[in-house]
Amino acid sequence: MSDAPTYEAGSYDVIVIGAGHAGCEAALASARMGCNTLLLTINLDAVAFMPCNPSVGGPAKGHVVREVDALGGEMARNTDKTHIQMRMLNTGKGPAVHALRAQADKIAYQHEMKKTIENTPNLLLRQAMVEELVVNDGVCEGVLTQTGAIYRAKAVVLTTGTYLRGKIILGDLQYESGPNNMRPSIRLAYHLKELGFELKRFKTGTPPRVHKHSVDFSKMEIQPGDDVPRAFSYETTEFITDQLPCWLTYTNEETHGLINSNLHRAPMYSGTIEGAGARYCPSIEDKVVRFNDKPRHQIFLEPEGRNTEEMYVQGLSTSMPEEVQLSMLRSLAGMEQVKMMRPGYAIEYDAVDPTQLWPSLETKKLPGLFTAGQINGTSGYEEAAAQGLMAGINAARKVQDKPPVILGREQAYIGVLIDDLVTKGTYEPYRLLTSRAEYRLLLRHDNADLRLTDIGYEIGLISEERYQRFLKKRELIEQEKERVLNTRVRPDLPHVQEVLREAGSPELTEVIELAQLLRRPELNYHHIIKMAPPPIELPEEVMEQVEIQIKYDGYIRKSLQQVERMKKMEERRIPEDIDYHKITGMAKESRDNMSRIRPLNIGQAARISGVNPADISVLMIYLEQYNRVGAAD
Amino acid sequence: MKFDTIAAVATPMGEGGIAVIRVSGPEAIEVVDNIYKGKRKLSTVDTHTIHYGHLVDPQTGDLVEEVLVSVMKAPRTFTREDVVEVNCHGGIVSVERVLELILEHGARLAEPGEFTKRAFLNGRVDLSQAEAVIDLIRAKTDRAMKVALHQVEGKLSRLIRNLRQNLIEAMAHIEVTLDYPEHDVEEFTQNFLREKCLEVREEVGRLLQTAKQGKILREGLSTAIIGRPNVGKSSLLNSLVQEEKAIVTDVAGTTRDVIEEYVNVRGVPLRLIDTAGIRETEDVVEKIGVEKSRQLLQKADLVLLVVNYNEPLSPDDYAIFETAKGFSVIVIVNKFDLPQKIDLEEVKRHFPDQPLIMTSAKMEQGIELLEKAIADIFFAGRVQQDDLTYVSNARHIHLLRQAERAIDDALAGIDQLMPVDMIQIDIKKAWELLGEVIGESVGEDLIDQIFSQFCLGK
Repeated sequence: MSDAPTYEAGSYDVIVIGAGHAGCEAALASARMGCNTLLLTINLDAVAFMPCNPSVGGPAKGHVVREVDALGGEMARNTDKTHIQMRMLNTGKGPAVHALRAQADKIAYQHEMKKTIENTPNLLLRQAMVEELVVNDGVCEGVLTQTGAIYRAKAVVLTTGTYLRGKIILGDLQYESGPNNMRPSIRLAYHLKELGFELKRFKTGTPPRVHKHSVDFSKMEIQPGDDVPRAFSYETTEFITDQLPCWLTYTNEETHGLINSNLHRAPMYSGTIEGAGARYCPSIEDKVVRFNDKPRHQIFLEPEGRNTEEMYVQGLSTSMPEEVQLSMLRSLAGMEQVKMMRPGYAIEYDAVDPTQLWPSLETKKLPGLFTAGQINGTSGYEEAAAQGLMAGINAARKVQDKPPVILGREQAYIGVLIDDLVTKGTYEPYRLLTSRAEYRLLLRHDNADLRLTDIGYEIGLISEERYQRFLKKRELIEQEKERVLNTRVRPDLPHVQEVLREAGSPELTEVIELAQLLRRPELNYHHIIKMAPPPIELPEEVMEQVEIQIKYDGYIRKSLQQVERMKKMEERRIPEDIDYHKITGMAKESRDNMSRIRPLNIGQAARISGVNPADISVLMIYLEQYNRVGAAD
Repeated sequence: MKFDTIAAVATPMGEGGIAVIRVSGPEAIEVVDNIYKGKRKLSTVDTHTIHYGHLVDPQTGDLVEEVLVSVMKAPRTFTREDVVEVNCHGGIVSVERVLELILEHGARLAEPGEFTKRAFLNGRVDLSQAEAVIDLIRAKTDRAMKVALHQVEGKLSRLIRNLRQNLIEAMAHIEVTLDYPEHDVEEFTQNFLREKCLEVREEVGRLLQTAKQGKILREGLSTAIIGRPNVGKSSLLNSLVQEEKAIVTDVAGTTRDVIEEYVNVRGVPLRLIDTAGIRETEDVVEKIGVEKSRQLLQKADLVLLVVNYNEPLSPDDYAIFETAKGFSVIVIVNKFDLPQKIDLEEVKRHFPDQPLIMTSAKMEQGIELLEKAIADIFFAGRVQQDDLTYVSNARHIHLLRQAERAIDDALAGIDQLMPVDMIQIDIKKAWELLGEVIGESVGEDLIDQIFSQFCLGK
């Protein structure tokens, strides 16, 4: 600790450092679970700030937002209250990849979240720059701020986003900074290193913003929201109907020419940038260089909010010098006269290697310290919110002496995300994709509540009223499924044949179950109830579940079988104190990796990179031996 | 601890003798019961008893093997689980058939050393032996890996790698349309996807075909000579088995006591089935006939169907024609040196696409033509012998067959207009199974492929 004077500023159950998307969820969860919680942030005006794209959701990310909601988190509700547009994506594909995405009103999002936090009991929001953690006997017991305040706590959640030793790079210019010229957190980064944490250097970037009035939208394609009212949260009952459109244009030969002729000034190529960027989030210069046979790239213009004329230029993330950025913008159709309001930039920041975490998101090195969000190597508001929620829940449970909540890969995208991070680590900012989930069909956005509400209720983040409503829904689904599976229709019913004829489906020649008809590709649930209506009128979301669960039953069962196999492996737990170096017969690399990751069970061990089936066999033999010796003692 | 049910050949692979296929796990008895036909259901027999019966393919009802089955219930067994041991004929063909049938009915192929591992984990092996068990598993795994590597070296592994590359490019394309719905990548049409799947299916089918061919080269092309009595089967047989010519006497069936004979016909190894039977019964008119032919056919890769030029077609001939339909048949019209009494057009009408050879076994006429027809059938449309890539390992065959099934499921999904992300489940499974054949792990491959193939970003 430094020698500057300090003072005791109070004791809390849980302290959350950082009030971005991870920090807000962590603090809200902890406070709502009854923990006296302090939320510290460098700048009170940057609560729930969206420094990059003004949108929430999309494939996998939208699923996560639903999961956050089912567990009692805030992101879904906050988005529902403030968005400017919502769309359901992938509607032409299977239900597992349908995904909701909202265009956010950035300012409204921030204000709404701040208000929610300020009105939550047990929760205090304060502006402060944390420089050090208070460590006693190898346990994290609080924080020290730049102003000398010492706050004590039983658990600390660290969510530093891109602030940690952040550095903005813009053409030849570079300076220490958090996102969008916020103050960076420098001292804390060195402190973490001193504590023995391994840090990684990552990089991300953002495109320029332009003034709406300087854009000629007649040369672009309009991208409106859906006509149907949509919402992320299962609680939302009021829907925003007044929506703003986005716009689509394309890069062209001129844009690509400008980029190619200025590559020597691009920090990405001049060697200025050392941080690892994400492949899925390349800058426009990267796209043009790597995919030079592609004649054009999509550019979306998205409003940043209702009370601003600023627009986000999605697809044009860049760290080119400012004047090159302007030329690039003006080469786009409809943007010939555009006025740039802020330039794009690249930002480098420190992150901890997430293999240093338990699946609870508590650090292995420093009990009592949890980390969540971009500091764990992820990118994206949704990924951050999900981790923040879990870290907040588990910090609170630690304080309350309860076991952590760890979601399985078959339970939630959140489970996939955290398991990937702590088991495999990441060498680039990690983004969720539906392709990362091996049981994608089970992790649908439509059944997030069925998957997780029980847990949300159990940990105390779902209200009794909401839970009762959920139980009713689940009961209705089961009843209706039962009915559809057991109801038979006869071919001599004229209205049945008529429904089939109208749907272009072969007419009946014999008695058949309703479920059989529902499995026909050309028929849906609405056809079925015309043939044999349910005894009471059912809500849309119940009908949706019945249809999906019956129609895709064969595929769902296949996935469940795979889950069964994995679970057999996961049921076999590995004691924490095992010494992997004592295991003869296992490859050294596997021993090293296992002792670093310290997997909780055989299933997790098998997912560690480089571990092969023989290693797992040997480990099981060793465990058996270990257990027998233990039992004999 | 609860395990699944595993199976493997417990005796060394090779010709002759008796082979033992061991099945262990909670469903061991049920799995074998599904395919076993004997006096009693195995689920009802006492533990540590042996039973005689047959293995039957429940799908087709075909008899697969004559077997002795030992039923040993937990815990007094090697693995301390329920164990069933199937004793069958030791030939590679029968062993693989039995193993395959067991694997198809609920058991998983055991990993190297897995029985020993279970014995240990279930407390059967003494603690002091733990080190030895680890060494054993390590050694067995390494050896199995070496063997597997050796087998998949070169052409076969290159073939499978190409196949997987093909698949993963398609998969990445599909994934991009799922994860980046607004990205300007064109979506695959159902037709395009079907084409892709059919290509892969064909390739896998071809590989499995080489598996069969490899087996044939090792084992001989199993050949049945059928026909009603008195058409000259035994003299034909002797023409093929030239060194045995002297045996043909007026009293047949007196000399030999073997079931199979091997003969090399223009590089094609033929395994002639039941030659003794032919000789034994040639004179005893009432014993041979349709029933016998039907039995022989079950085991045959190739059927030599003999009719007599010198006699009109009889009801027995017609019955035999019926049973031979659908098999790979060469029709032999024997005793061509005698006056014609047969309706040749009628024979051709029954076998329009099969070769028809006129022979006179006694006079050695037409035998050359027959040999050529056999060689043609074997090599027809196939690459030269030294160009063949063989899949011969039982595990590989099993994996390929599963991959083939996964692709079939994908194709069925396409035909039922299932959404592309569902179809992807089966395509991915096929890709993973093919990876297992050549020992490639799953890992981040797909994600890597997506980002190297497509330009995505914010």
